[in-house]
Amino acid sequence: MLIGVLALQGGFQRHLVMLERIGVRTIEVRYAHQLEKCDALVLPGGESTTMTHLLLTENLWEPIHEFVQAHPVFGTCAGAILLSQNAHDTRVKPFGVLDVEADRNAYGRQVESFITILNLAEIGCDAYEAVFIRAPQLKLASNRVQVLGSENGRAVLLRQNNVLAATFHPELTQDPAIHRYFVESMVRKSLTITNKAQANV
Amino acid sequence: MEKGSFEVKVGLAEMLKGGVIMDVTTVDQAKIAEDAGAVAVMALERIPADIRKDGGVARMSDPKLIKGIQAAVSIPVMAKCRIGHFVEAQILESLEVDFIDESEVLTPADEANHIWKQSFKTPFVCGATCLAEALRRIGEGAAMIRTKGEAGTGNIVEAVRHMRTIINEMKHLTQLGPDQLMSEAKKMGAPFHLVEQIAKTGKLPVPNFSAGGIATPADAALVMQLGAEAIFVGSGIFKSDDPAKRAKAIVQAATYFQDPQKLAEISFGLGAAMRGMDLNDIPEEERLAGRGW
Repeated sequence: MLIGVLALQGGFQRHLVMLERIGVRTIEVRYAHQLEKCDALVLPGGESTTMTHLLLTENLWEPIHEFVQAHPVFGTCAGAILLSQNAHDTRVKPFGVLDVEADRNAYGRQVESFITILNLAEIGCDAYEAVFIRAPQLKLASNRVQVLGSENGRAVLLRQNNVLAATFHPELTQDPAIHRYFVESMVRKSLTITNKAQANV
Repeated sequence: MEKGSFEVKVGLAEMLKGGVIMDVTTVDQAKIAEDAGAVAVMALERIPADIRKDGGVARMSDPKLIKGIQAAVSIPVMAKCRIGHFVEAQILESLEVDFIDESEVLTPADEANHIWKQSFKTPFVCGATCLAEALRRIGEGAAMIRTKGEAGTGNIVEAVRHMRTIINEMKHLTQLGPDQLMSEAKKMGAPFHLVEQIAKTGKLPVPNFSAGGIATPADAALVMQLGAEAIFVGSGIFKSDDPAKRAKAIVQAATYFQDPQKLAEISFGLGAAMRGMDLNDIPEEERLAGRGW
């Protein structure tokens, strides 16, 4: 298993550390050809405008758009915005694989950034320390989205088939629970299915 | 729910990694910076090259300018206050700037004390020329360190010196035994618990960025290869011939800093960089890096 972490800008290093800690091989993705080796992709936090700019100038937007249709993908904060259907901002071009509308910096500026404890019973963790940095809010646009965690009634950890999104930063804490969920329940499952399909051919 | 903790402050600094923070003096410049892919802008009345040229006392920017830039862009907006001028910092916090730069580019307000940054909810970035200085600032609560370099010169030599010094001094600490660290902390004039932490981890507990004299994509890649995790560009962009093009190129260079072929493509036909100054032409008393301690 090899998981790529988009390394154009942002918190990619911390995702690499977290994934390696739970025994996963990783690769920093800066070029389209690197996607061919990857079984899954992580889109880190950072600035969604900067990432959009680089995705487009480096001709990475189309290859990643194609990749995330069929592979497990995990987006945090800006990464979650990039997975949404719409961010209502011409500076950001999302991939549209998560049925939500994203509202950037919806809590306010940095002084409104916060840490809170989430109950993530769905992934077997009842006290998860979640770091929200200039976080977006995601409004559900279909019933295909499964809410795995909420804060004050807002969905903050969401899943839709192969897509996992967090509006906070699991990579900034010491708890690998969410990364482990992504790897075990999503990436490993998709590999088993692919292997079975290949065995049946 | 906890706001303004050290983790939350460092969290924003983490998200700026691999990016370029650009000095801007107008709303139009801020938009150019955002369109070029800047991760944040520093709202200033004058860029360092002009502050250097004009002389006089350089102070915090007019809140009107800062508000205007905040309204124009969606990326974080930073602003500078004078070293030790905690009231300017209080004002910047009330304006909800995303990061405060306690900066040697402005005229220092207190020769003995830097701001006690732990009492603020807004994160601070501070300049450093060596590890001890970086650790003193972190001890006061800084959530990000940047090299001082020599702002407004378009000359990378000081930023390189400061980055190399910080990295070498960290390496040195990792080679010492626990019995030597107290003496080292005394010699450095740095908080013992931070000296101890660096000896264990070999890296700063906050992101380590580079600033001061970056004028080309190659300069950006140079400091990134030396260990900077992101860069500030002050005069280098808006004192060049084609700011939009240069801004984009420096953004690309911060991502592809390890790819010389790509850097060559990026550097192609950028027009003239800012003219720049030889450090030997700047008398010791006019150097900004010597401000603060």
